[in-house]
Parts: sequence; structure tokens; C-alpha cells
Amino acid sequence: MTENSLDTAGRQAAADEASGAQAAAPTPGAPHAVDGRSPSTVVKAPPDGARPPRRTLGRRAVTFADSLWRPALVLAVFFAAWWFVAAREYVPNYLVPTPGQVWETMTTQWSELARHTLVTLYETVLGFVLAAALGLVTAVAIAYSRTLDKALYPIVLFAQVIPKIAIAPLLVVWFGLGLTPKIILAVLIAFFPVVISGVAGLRSTDPELLDLAATMGAGPWRTFRKIRFPNALPHLMAGLKVAVTLAVVGAVVGEFVGASEGLGYVLLLANGNLDAPLLFADLILMSAIGIVLFVLVEIAEALLIPWHASRRAGVSLTTS
Amino acid sequence: MTTAPAATGTAIGMSGLTVRFTTRRSQTTALDDVSLDIEPGEFVTIVGPSGCGKSTLLKIVAGLVKPTSGDVSLLERPVRGPQKEIGFVFQKAALLEWRGARANILLQAEMRGMDRAQAARRADELIEMTGLTGFEKALPHELSGGMQQRVALCRALLHSPPVLLMDEPFGALDALTREQMNAELHRIWRETGTTVVLVTHSIAEAVFLGTRVVVMSPRPGRIIRTFPVELPAHRDYAQVMSDPRFDRLATDLRGLLGSAAANH
Repeated sequence: MTENSLDTAGRQAAADEASGAQAAAPTPGAPHAVDGRSPSTVVKAPPDGARPPRRTLGRRAVTFADSLWRPALVLAVFFAAWWFVAAREYVPNYLVPTPGQVWETMTTQWSELARHTLVTLYETVLGFVLAAALGLVTAVAIAYSRTLDKALYPIVLFAQVIPKIAIAPLLVVWFGLGLTPKIILAVLIAFFPVVISGVAGLRSTDPELLDLAATMGAGPWRTFRKIRFPNALPHLMAGLKVAVTLAVVGAVVGEFVGASEGLGYVLLLANGNLDAPLLFADLILMSAIGIVLFVLVEIAEALLIPWHASRRAGVSLTTS
Repeated sequence: MTTAPAATGTAIGMSGLTVRFTTRRSQTTALDDVSLDIEPGEFVTIVGPSGCGKSTLLKIVAGLVKPTSGDVSLLERPVRGPQKEIGFVFQKAALLEWRGARANILLQAEMRGMDRAQAARRADELIEMTGLTGFEKALPHELSGGMQQRVALCRALLHSPPVLLMDEPFGALDALTREQMNAELHRIWRETGTTVVLVTHSIAEAVFLGTRVVVMSPRPGRIIRTFPVELPAHRDYAQVMSDPRFDRLATDLRGLLGSAAANH
């Protein structure tokens, strides 16, 4: 099109001025190759090192195992100490049961515990997903609109500083004993880190990239999709990791206040009956929910932003 | 193709451009009454001390900054808002870290909604032309500064823009890489016939690349003088460096920039 005719014009001019000696087409090895590195030389002698080799599955497994053995060792030592203290009854068993007792409770009451775990898991996951979606939308609104920034930020902050535990009873009054108040609580508690990290991420876009996008004639949606959103992902994923662990807290607190099922409910029950093994089993399950969800978000992060500096060292699923 | 703006008129027209920034305390004039006409196919280099508003000038042409007063036209059309008929290269490569070299170049096509197959072919041509072959999938952090800047240059050329604006594109590179990039850019300019405006700190770069060198004063930025570069259109780096005409012009420029700074 326009470009082509321009090209021709330019070539013509260049050729004329160089008294037709040099055609425009670059031929490696031709006289004018001295004035630049001809393509072939560049390919043969790249100025920087070759790309690092792609990690194979085997290497990944080794990295994974390597990142796991240290925390595993610490956990083993902890369990040994626990078992030692409890078995020797330095502390009475109704306060600190032995790992064996906890294991027995866990296995004999497994079907019950599994049901309650699923309830809490459901509340947590739904709360987290809603918080992530709402948080992201709010973050986009705040990052894109100065007016919405001024209007929403104080409210978001206000929602964050209200002690969630204090409004839990109110939620129960409003929404009854069902799942709703627990999910709302999980959303409320997990929402804030998503908004903060999302805003930070969206605002961290290099202004030159935005200038560039403008000269590319791209609309706001394309700029968001191709530049701003992927650029915000590392921040956002950090916020989501915090949020997912907080969502568990929200769900459990909701269950404390008024529930007929869920791990929080079981915890109160066990506490009231001085049933230490059940209480411990319950605690372990709650932590398991948090850990599993956290690891899932980490895996999502590894898949979404393998390019980011924080992930280049290798897939570490732990904080080693 | 037939409506190519290259044949007639000016590629870029600036008249009476003035930019003032008002801060709480004071008002600073970044650009003061700058007028300059650039013909199609020209390679204009702009030299001047830091903070003389050279970069602002480029951004005005691109429609990214609005001048306080004065008029700009690009390809005979007044500039209002961001311009699409340009390629822009910054001092930083400004690449997307999550995309490989080729995908970074193709960003231009995706953002413009260009024909995919055609854009892909053009990208491969440019990759070959700039010696990026073999690094198509390399992420920016795996590339050297010079390679990153080549990717940025390819991205700016993908849509074959009639005008290329470059804001100190090689400022962050080491001297050797810079010379290589200068030679490459010269070759690309000869091959494409694009109108180029390049802002630089380097007198050697300005003279080697330019068909015209514009010298600007320290803030408030004014055009002190414009020098035509009397060197052949086809230049070889080593030859140009030892050319007496190069020496004379470089000395003149150095003197002018020195005295401008001293008078300031």
C-alpha cells in the first residue's frame, strides 16, 4: 500500500544518490555488509549466550523434591516432639492428645469429618472466587477512573477495617444459619488483598507501553487485554495467594457464630466436649484446606506467569 | 499506494510549537517557538542537552503530548490525539516480558488488527533483516540490550509506517553495539525509505545517521541551527568516521552545543 510505494521511492532515492552502485537489497557478503552486521554473521555469532535449556519433567521433579525435603524435615521433627510430649503425658491427654489418638479419631469419624470439610471447603472456594471476581472488577474501576478511585477506595478501606468477626453475628441475623453468611464473610475478608494487589498491578504498567499502545491505535479493551492485565498478573497472583488463605478464616469464623455444619461448628462442639483428639483432627483438616488451596493458586501462578522474575528460578511450591 | 503522501508535501510540519508546564510554584517553558518542516524520506536527527524538550517534541508529533500553542501536522494532516501512521522507539525497549521476540514484534499487528498471515510474513522478514533469527522465541530477559532494541525496532517497523520516531533509541547501549545498531538503522532507512526523526545525545550518531542535524538549546528548547549533512546517502561507518566532512560537522556541532550550554 502506501508503504510499498514509499519503500520504492526511498530505494530509488538511495540508489540514485549512491550513483546506482548499491542496490537496496542486503546481500550478506556484498560490499556494504561492512556497514552492518549482515544477517548471517549475527546468526552465527549471537552476542549473548544461548537460551537456557527447557526444564524437563524429570528435572522439575528433582526441583520439586528439593524444595520439599526441608519443610518435611521440620514437620517430622515437630511431630516427633508432639508425640514425645503427649505419649509421656508431660501434658495431660485431654489437653494434648497423642498423634495416634488424633489419627484414630480421624479414621473412625472420617465420613462425618469429610462431610464437614466439604462444607467448609465449599464456603471457602465460593467466597474466594467471588472475592477474586469482585476484587478484580473493583481494582479495574479504581485503576481506570479517577472518580471511582476517589469514590471507592475509602469504602474498600472502611470495609477492611471493620472487624469481620464483629459483624459475623449481624450477618447471621440477616441471612440465617445457612451457607450465605459464611460465604459473605469469606468474601469480605478475602476481598481487600485482591483489590490492593490488583490496583498496584494495573498501575505498574510502564507509561511508555501505554504511549506505544496509543500510537498503535488500540482501544482500551485491547490495551487492557494485551498489556495491562498480563502486566498486573504477578501482583494479582500475590494478592490471590493471601486472599485464599484468608477465605478459610472467613468461612470458619462464620461457622463459629452460628452453624449446624462445617469444620468451625465441629471445632466448637469438640471444644465444648473437651474432645481434644477431635479438636486436633479438625484443626489439621482446616489447615489442609488452606494449604491445598494455596498450592492450587501457586500452580495457577506458575502456569500463568512462568516468565516473571519471581518464577524463573524453578517451580517452588513452598516458600523455601 | 497511489495515495502515498511521500510524493508531495511535508511528512512532518511543526510551526510555533511552545510547551509550558505549570507547577504549583512556577511555570517552565520546555519548548519555545519551535518550527521545523521535514520532507518525506528525510532522516532528521535532533541533538541537544538533556532537558531541552527533544523527547517532548517527538511526543507532540506522535500526538501523545498537546503543545500549549502551535501547530503540528503529520502527512499533511493536523495532529489531534495519538497518531497511528508512525512507529515509535523509546530509549528503553519497552517489550512485554511475557512474550517472546517474535510475539513482541507481532503485538503491533494484534493491536492494529492487521491481517495475521501478512503480519507474520513481515515479522519474519524483519527478524531476518535485523539478525534476530534463532531468537524468535527468546523472552526479553534472555536477550541482550542490543537484541531487545532490535526487537523494539522491528515492532516499530512491522506496519511499514511512513514515519519513524526514535527517542534516544540506542542511549542505553554500549558504544560498540551502538555503532552496529547505527549501521543497521542506516541500512534499514535506505531500504525502506521511511521518514525518520531521531533524538540523540550523541554527535557522532546524529551526523552518521542524519541527512539533516537539528541543534537545540538548553531549556527553554529552541532550534539554534539546522545543518545539512553533506555525506553520501549510502554511508559506511568506518569511512564516515574518517571523512573530513564528518569531522568538520562534528566539530561545528560540538562548538555550538558547548557555547549554547555556556550562555545558558
